[in-house]
Amino acid sequence: MSPLRRVVVVGASLAGLRAAEALRRHGHAGELVLVGDEPHLPYDRPPLTKQFLNDGWRPEQIALPIAPGLDITWRLGVPASGLDVADHAVRLADGSLLHYDGVVLATGARARPWPGHLTPAGVHTIRGLDDAAAVAEALSRTRRLLIVGAGFLGGEVAAAARALGVAVTLVEPQELPLLAPTGPHVGRFVAALHRANGVDLHLGSRVQGFTSNGRDELTGAELTDGTHVEADLAVLALGATPNIEWLAGSGLVTDRGLVCDEHCQPLRDDRLPAPDAVAAGDVTQWPHPLAGNELISPGHWSNSVEQATAAAQTLLKPGTAPAYRPVPSFWSDLYGTRIRSVGLPHLADSSEVVDHDPAAHRLIVAYHRNGALVGALTANHTSQLVPYRAEIQRHLDSRPSRTRLVHD
Amino acid sequence: MTVIVDLNLCQSHGQCVYAAPEVFAFDEEENLTYQPEPPESQHDRVRAAVAACPVRAILVSEP
Ligand SMILES: Cc1cc2nc3c(=O)[nH]c(=O)nc-3n(C[C@H](O)[C@H](O)[C@H](O)COP(=O)(O)OP(=O)(O)OC[C@H]3O[C@@H](n4cnc5c(N)ncnc54)[C@H](O)[C@@H]3O)c2cc1C
Ligand code: SF4
Repeated sequence: MSPLRRVVVVGASLAGLRAAEALRRHGHAGELVLVGDEPHLPYDRPPLTKQFLNDGWRPEQIALPIAPGLDITWRLGVPASGLDVADHAVRLADGSLLHYDGVVLATGARARPWPGHLTPAGVHTIRGLDDAAAVAEALSRTRRLLIVGAGFLGGEVAAAARALGVAVTLVEPQELPLLAPTGPHVGRFVAALHRANGVDLHLGSRVQGFTSNGRDELTGAELTDGTHVEADLAVLALGATPNIEWLAGSGLVTDRGLVCDEHCQPLRDDRLPAPDAVAAGDVTQWPHPLAGNELISPGHWSNSVEQATAAAQTLLKPGTAPAYRPVPSFWSDLYGTRIRSVGLPHLADSSEVVDHDPAAHRLIVAYHRNGALVGALTANHTSQLVPYRAEIQRHLDSRPSRTRLVHD
Repeated sequence: MTVIVDLNLCQSHGQCVYAAPEVFAFDEEENLTYQPEPPESQHDRVRAAVAACPVRAILVSEP
């Protein structure tokens, strides 16, 4: 049984809840406090840009199940505003101080906002339930939707809107959708999917500014390719930015996320792991052997789940859990086409199409870096990922485990 | 232990196949197939598969 009297989990979403479950499963019998700034109990985000928009899903349908007997003390609707690593305390925005014997940092990420100026009414981002509810409601009234950013989220919003019969303009600054995360083959495949489904796709183009009427309601946007797009609803899908501001002054290292070692332990300025602290989910960055031990931050569902479990084990029994070096996996659904990936395709220096059947919307792409397989992606062909995943796993297993990120 | 996968929920995420490849597999038509009564040696892997399934399609009952 673990000697920790009180564990505080900051961030009450997927990673935080799964960490809480793993803590109980691995013997934490003391107090377990979950702090979350949203008023909601934990819910699942992937459906927010899918069934929630076009299948009329209700919030109850995306609630994450909370196993009976977890005995959690909920502190919802109040953000944590500071962390004192030496004093073992989390400060809350309502002024209260929560002392801990162990802490899990799982504050995730938020949607990147429009840079610079205010946007007119009708311009949305989607990260949380309230955002998605607002977009779902607006979609039922809109005549023309503009989506800025053709990444996975933007693509899914386009697919959901088309399923509802809404006219969609999708604007992407790169020459192809998903170019950075998945390369040109998948980019061309997804561009074709969008166009086949009637999306007005503008590639290599940016939104220069939004236009609005006298009531400050959105009327459209000017694109850098010279087009004026009409729209009374816009969704910005510009990527995510980690929620690390509340950790300012804590002495923990942040970069494009909270920097952790291979044991899910956040590092202090002196590059040693902070005592009795772990982190998991979209807020983290950590060194992965597939990336030559550079920091990665996959920002995917499966990583949050697996990392939360690993982090809980480290918190309860520091030094005993194996290094966290998963084979990441990701999925996205576009117009009924199931896109699935394993590994880290964005790391590749070359990619090859192994199979492509345009009529069946089937695709297999393999990704290599320095000649070694680092990822694979399939469309409507998930079965074919299994051997690729096994090969990446073998490759990882053959690497010596660095026990600690000890610094020079 | 008995395993039931709700194939109406399942969206071929494949997480169960990664977690317990001897119990879960895809057939030629990309449908999920599985052993409804896996041997004891597989039980931990099946529990990992339950936790990994993003749509909670795998139901396990243990006597
Ligand atoms: C719309 C959408 C669709 C997605 N679709 C897919 C998909 O198809 N496939 C896939 O693999 N992944 C998908 N993802 C990614 C996946 O949902 C995330 O990886 C996952 O939610 C990360 O979980 P997390 O707990 O780390 O962070 P989050 O889910 O971001 O949760 C962090 C929580 O902490 C709270 N918080 C932040 N700051 C504080 C603070 N200071 N104090 C207290 N609480 C705080 C936040 O409000 C939030 O509730 C999607 C994400 C979104 C947004
Ligand atoms: S993990 Fe779940 S959704 Fe994926 S194949 Fe298995 S049962 Fe189906």
